[in-house]
Amino acid sequence: MPSRTGSHSPTGFGRGLPERGLLLLAVLVLLEGSVLPLGAASSPDISHQANSDSHKKADGGHNITKKAFPVLSLDYQHIHIPFEISLWVLLASLMKLGFHMIPRLSSIVPESCLLIVVGLLVGGLIKLAGEKVPPVLNTQLFFLILLPPIILDAGYFLPIRPFMENLGTILMFAVVGTLWNAFFIGGLLYAVTQIQPANPSDLHSLELLPCLLFGAIISAVDPVAVLAVFEEIHINELLHILVFGESLLNDAVTVVLYHLFEEFSSEGTVTVMDGFLGLISFLVVALGGVLVGAIYGILAAFTSRFTSHMRVIEPLFVFVYSYMAYLSSELFHLSGIMALIACGAVMRPYVEANISHKSHTTIKYFLKMWSSVSETLIFIFLGVVTVDGPHSWNWTFVVVTVILCLVARVIGVIGLTFVINKFRIVKLTTKDQFIIAYGGLRGAIAFSLGFLLEKNHFPKREMFLTAIITVIFFTVFVQGMTIKPLVELLAVKKKQEAKRSINEEIHTQFLDHLLTGIEDICGHYGHHHWKDKLNRFNKKYVKKCLIAGERSKEPQLIAFYHKMEMKQAIELVESGGGAKLPSSMPSTVSMQNIQPKKPPPAKSADRTLLQIPKGREEEIRKILRSNLQRTRQRLHSYNRHTLVADPYEDGFSDIIKKRRLMELEKKIKEMSNYLTVPAAASDSPTMHRARLSSDPQSYGVKPATDNVPTIQVDLASPQSPDSVNVMDEFGRGDQEEDQGLMMKPPSGHKKPGEAEGAREQQKLTRCLSDPGPGGDEDEDEPFLP
Amino acid sequence: MGASQTHSAYKYQDLMTKTGFSLEQIKNLHYRFRQLSENNETLSRENLENIKDLADNPIKKQIVEAFFDKRNQHQNEMGSFEEIGFEQFVMVMSHFRPPTPKMTEEEKLAMRKDKLHFLFNMHDSDNDGKITLEEYRKVVEELLSMSGDIEKDTARGIADAAMLEVASTNVPNMGPDDYYEGITFEHFEQMFKEVEMESRMHVRFLDVDTRTIHCGSSTS
Repeated sequence: MPSRTGSHSPTGFGRGLPERGLLLLAVLVLLEGSVLPLGAASSPDISHQANSDSHKKADGGHNITKKAFPVLSLDYQHIHIPFEISLWVLLASLMKLGFHMIPRLSSIVPESCLLIVVGLLVGGLIKLAGEKVPPVLNTQLFFLILLPPIILDAGYFLPIRPFMENLGTILMFAVVGTLWNAFFIGGLLYAVTQIQPANPSDLHSLELLPCLLFGAIISAVDPVAVLAVFEEIHINELLHILVFGESLLNDAVTVVLYHLFEEFSSEGTVTVMDGFLGLISFLVVALGGVLVGAIYGILAAFTSRFTSHMRVIEPLFVFVYSYMAYLSSELFHLSGIMALIACGAVMRPYVEANISHKSHTTIKYFLKMWSSVSETLIFIFLGVVTVDGPHSWNWTFVVVTVILCLVARVIGVIGLTFVINKFRIVKLTTKDQFIIAYGGLRGAIAFSLGFLLEKNHFPKREMFLTAIITVIFFTVFVQGMTIKPLVELLAVKKKQEAKRSINEEIHTQFLDHLLTGIEDICGHYGHHHWKDKLNRFNKKYVKKCLIAGERSKEPQLIAFYHKMEMKQAIELVESGGGAKLPSSMPSTVSMQNIQPKKPPPAKSADRTLLQIPKGREEEIRKILRSNLQRTRQRLHSYNRHTLVADPYEDGFSDIIKKRRLMELEKKIKEMSNYLTVPAAASDSPTMHRARLSSDPQSYGVKPATDNVPTIQVDLASPQSPDSVNVMDEFGRGDQEEDQGLMMKPPSGHKKPGEAEGAREQQKLTRCLSDPGPGGDEDEDEPFLP
Repeated sequence: MGASQTHSAYKYQDLMTKTGFSLEQIKNLHYRFRQLSENNETLSRENLENIKDLADNPIKKQIVEAFFDKRNQHQNEMGSFEEIGFEQFVMVMSHFRPPTPKMTEEEKLAMRKDKLHFLFNMHDSDNDGKITLEEYRKVVEELLSMSGDIEKDTARGIADAAMLEVASTNVPNMGPDDYYEGITFEHFEQMFKEVEMESRMHVRFLDVDTRTIHCGSSTS
């Protein structure tokens, strides 16, 4: 055990960070190992003590001897279950931390392997201490607690478009591939056990049905293992979605086969009728699971429509509805995994349109956190139960199983690809096939299903478990470790990190419409036509029901554009505001460069506003910001002398905005001289609202009162067009950090603006929808009152 | 009708080599052409615009125009037709064929360029070889035209941002007085370099003679 000895020999190498990490790991492993036996050991002590206490009391009825009040006592029994759970979770998380402190190790060995090793260590420690290993991977815990977060995480963030485009292929692999694997492995295993060697082993007693059941259990590709390994190798989207999608959808097949064979292994025979019923059962399980998931997804989307006043519990709805979907489908023995995927995928577009930006972030991080912890725990537990046993090693069985798994997978993939490529436009190459075959990892689901088997029906249960564990170890260790170098070697296309640009979005939509149009002209209804119909149905009816307020009418392009703007603004703020340009536009090109040389005559006035080269913009911003900082410092020093200490400090940005607001109002009034903007700018509802909903200080029209120190902001003179544009950027940048994702299309109360004045107002109104730090409760109020 | 059948097969041979469609596909397209043109020899814009399914398509006009655009006929002509014959119809349709597995790399690249040209021509309505800001704005406006009351400013903002992005990626260091005239074909190609256009831009053409199973026509 190199890691342990490594950390126990302080001499010989310096105390660098990796060594400290190792030491921490070792300490924790020891702690874990020792606490559990302690728990077991202390309980009899406590009870013993209690007995003796009461005995003493009864005794001392005549002569009351006062015993000392126990200042400090140990009561492990009281807390032992949550304590152990927390300790496991802590161990898992610290392991994860530790591995990343050792850089070389984490690049060679995938995390899953390391975690299994840790599990082996812990299990070994517990065994050494002579205690019974807790049944950590029992099915209740695994299927009800550990698995759902991982699947929900996968389902919620499932990339829908590539999934749907490749659905046919994925289904082929999941259903036909798994069936092929199950029968091939089961059948051939049975054949092997029937071989009569010179000294007949007890394999003979193995019948066909248990073999087929074993085949069913071991044939399914495991989503947890696939996720764990594929996440680190970054292959292209197509392969990722194929293998991953297969691992998710084969759950239905596994469930049906498992139940089918389990039922009938007790009876001993399977008739054709049973086979037929099995087929029907498969459809019920798969489609039923999806239906249950979709129903809960729609319920969640509908609920999120009304959460605008109670933003804090929005994430809770997402989690609870999904979990209920999973449990409901498990209730009917439908496919829980498919239910979770369907629930997450269905609710996501609507929920994301409804919830605030912060809730979105919360959901994302919670899902990632839970799924990460779950995954870690699963692998550690795999290690622990390996040490625990009970094992029954049979060379023939195990080796044949491993070989058959590999062979079956390869043959299956090749055969299926041959058929599938006839129907695909983008064919799967040999390289792709290799990765798909190689990525067929088995994992903890197979083990848990094996664990579920009853001993009296399956006398060979231990042998099965041993074989399953061997296959899991083989795939995770051997295939998991070698897949990364193989991907490099074969030069498989990697994932493209390019951010999605507005151009891509425009052209994707254009292409979609174009292809739908051509299909219509051709006269036959291809899949573009149906996709278009679905989109239109979605837009017309579903979105209206499930999305709150104005967002329901927002076309996708605009929503995307707003999201992009938000992101850029946030980037701008986070990068220190103007210190360096957002990375997406590292150029000096600005609007000026692309405006047509001869602007149409009606709009000549407004063009002038946009012609600041980006360089000058940055200069101006820098000036503004440095001035702002100077004035901030000045404000600090006034704190002791004036009465306007904290409230003004908080509302400082407000003051600036109000100031700018006034200047802007002036500017807009001026502009309305040449443009056809209604001159009611100062009384527009937005200004009104800003006044009303701002912080408790009265809206001083002349903020330069004696209370507030004069703000020396070196704006370019209010008359110049520069100031207008830049202020917007600045103001907007400030606001963006607090604003929820409530970008409404600036329609409605404004007259359809044709001029720059309207545009400025539009930018302004976006700023003002968040009244600032004082108005925290109103943060995400819908913009239109 | 035996004579006309062999005659048509002979006639189609030419089309088949030019466009790459199979005989079955061309026959189906011809049937469709006759349906749309109400058994005339030529197709006019009204015939296409009357297709019911196209009514909900935001870029209907552009699609119809594309059929009448001479540039898509690969004859190096410019301008547009008033009416098109079957040959022109099939030529336009041929832009949507998927790549066959037997194609070489050059053929695939040529096909991709072809398709991108088709797209480019759809945007570049005044045929000056580049997509100017006005044309791009029009594209975005058309895309959003079916989505209810959209502020013109939003559409413009989106188009401007997109144009800015193209300009920044392709000509990053422009001085304050330089003028970016429009998206040229090279820049346009650049936008799509990650996308496998030859496979994405395709429509499944029927190989089977669907005359007997065709359910309903979509024109009057």
